[in-house]
Amino acid sequence: MNLPQIVQYCFAGITVGSIYAIVAIGFNIIYNATGIINFAQGEFLILGAMLAITLNHFVALPIAIALSVVITTIVGGLIEIVFIRRARNASVLSLIVITIGISILMREAMLHIWDEKVRSLAYFTGTGVSSITILGAHISPQVLWVLGVSAVIVIGLTPFFRYTLTGRAMRACADDRMAARLCGINDKWMVTLSFMISAAIGALAGCVISPVTQTQYDMGAPLAIKGFTVAIVGGLGNSMAAVVAGLMLGLVEAFTMSQFDVAYKEAVSIVILLLILVLRPSGLFGKREIAAMRSL
Amino acid sequence: MTQFRRYIPVIAVAIAVIILQVVLSKTGSTYYMTQITMSAFYALVVIGLCLLMGYAGQVSLGHAGFFAIGGYTAAVLTTFNLTAYSNTPVVSLCRSLGLLVQRQDIYGTDILAFSAWPAFAAAILLAIIIAFLIGLPVIRLKGHYMAMATLGFGLIIYRIVLGGRIFGQADGVSNVPPFRIIDGLEVNGRAAFRIESYYIAWFVVLAAMVLAINLVHSRVGRALRSIHENEEAAHSLGVNTYRYKLLVFILSAVFAAIGGVLLTHYNGSIGPSEVTVMKSVRYLVIVAVGGMANLWGALFMGVLLNFLSLRGVFGSYDDAVFAVILIAIMLFAPQGLLRMLNIRKISSLLPRRSNA
Repeated sequence: MNLPQIVQYCFAGITVGSIYAIVAIGFNIIYNATGIINFAQGEFLILGAMLAITLNHFVALPIAIALSVVITTIVGGLIEIVFIRRARNASVLSLIVITIGISILMREAMLHIWDEKVRSLAYFTGTGVSSITILGAHISPQVLWVLGVSAVIVIGLTPFFRYTLTGRAMRACADDRMAARLCGINDKWMVTLSFMISAAIGALAGCVISPVTQTQYDMGAPLAIKGFTVAIVGGLGNSMAAVVAGLMLGLVEAFTMSQFDVAYKEAVSIVILLLILVLRPSGLFGKREIAAMRSL
Repeated sequence: MTQFRRYIPVIAVAIAVIILQVVLSKTGSTYYMTQITMSAFYALVVIGLCLLMGYAGQVSLGHAGFFAIGGYTAAVLTTFNLTAYSNTPVVSLCRSLGLLVQRQDIYGTDILAFSAWPAFAAAILLAIIIAFLIGLPVIRLKGHYMAMATLGFGLIIYRIVLGGRIFGQADGVSNVPPFRIIDGLEVNGRAAFRIESYYIAWFVVLAAMVLAINLVHSRVGRALRSIHENEEAAHSLGVNTYRYKLLVFILSAVFAAIGGVLLTHYNGSIGPSEVTVMKSVRYLVIVAVGGMANLWGALFMGVLLNFLSLRGVFGSYDDAVFAVILIAIMLFAPQGLLRMLNIRKISSLLPRRSNA
């Protein structure tokens, strides 16, 4: 493999890897607030992309994306209010089952609204064939959009959780729900807010990746599995480690694809997931690092 | 007396099965039997999963994988033509042991393949081995982790089936011969064998139920319940929680594999659609609707929901219906539908959790 090829695969890897990281951060935000894994996280990406594709027929691209993020955010909030809030005293097992049900329901709803056609959002700049040359590799400008938006999401969340009152209240709830409630924090709405933020960043990620990977109603589940793998590799609840883990998984996948059949691409992440679950359930980054990185 | 009472539902169901057959035959609507038979095979998976989820408290999102391991192993072994290898020592050894059978397919080509019983044995053995290897690490996991790990297992099986040429890729394996249990008694999808297959299916289901009931009431069952109530307490009393959970995991995989083998012979084919995540979720829905730790509820719902689904009652909203049922049950009736209705007559027929 020569240098341009390596660069090419690297870019492909970090592009999907950054999306996996965003999905993982979505998992983490909800996990920190509620202690449950939202199996419907992948569906937020698809819903966001589908809405933007449809809205783009009527309004300009930036407005379409903004509207789709807003709508998905509302959907995320409603899901929490209608389903999760009611089941607050349910066991973890029941909550898992409920979010699985929600993910299927969303998928089926999307199937009936948008049928099973593969769609994609318009390229943000240029077209499908325009490219930038970096170190001999041809990179679509959309790849830079994906990386840029992912970086903005990750970097934007840090000050939100660290410095704003709402962000701090959410972290307080994650640490100790009872204590937070005693301080006058409305913990119910913090959970709702966590679903809304996860839905919003999911929708945004879904929109930027759509021109590259295209969008189909049932692509949410594989994304969720990979996002979960990344979240586990990084250690559940640890968003900064998720970014590192996401990029790692993306790169591993890209280089596996260069060597083996595309069909095995999915198997790679699942094998990694199983290995990590068995060998190191606390994630690759040990406990001490988690404590240090928890500040996000 | 209590010993006998726990088998009353078995006898009741057996009588209901016979009455149903007579009614369907008299009214000339035996075609319903095809779907009932298929539902009964699916119900085997549900019974196993009910033991795992309801009694051992372990969630699995990969049981369609075990169903497929059974079905595909049987399908491949009974259809893979060994004629070209008939001179190799392994094949001739199998032949001299009587494991192979010579037949002709619909185009008149000679096919030398394994007969149904050795294929069945191989399928079950493979399911046990894989369940053991997967269960060994996975059983240690809890809640989300176990759910995701089993989901991952199911997806890997799906990928293997979809990518492996020997498994027919997206087409699956077809032309699977019927399962001749003894001469004159076979699991066969053709109309002439409808009633016969119907009774075989229900015999297997009821045998599985008796096995499950006995298990629940045995030392193992008590240990399982103690795990479910409070795992630490059970552990401190010297219950080897890990071993019991692994045992039930393997047993549930075997039930799923048997269901897979029999349905594959009955349908004459198996395809990747049997291995999707949605199938695994569906089994889980049925166990939840039946009331988690309620074997009879699981059996009843397993047959009912699969029957309705196979008849196409839900149309293109099939998966959505299952999702809605799942969410509704979890929110409004976590104890299962039968308990929520609280119809005295039904619930007195269906034993409660304490003496189920």
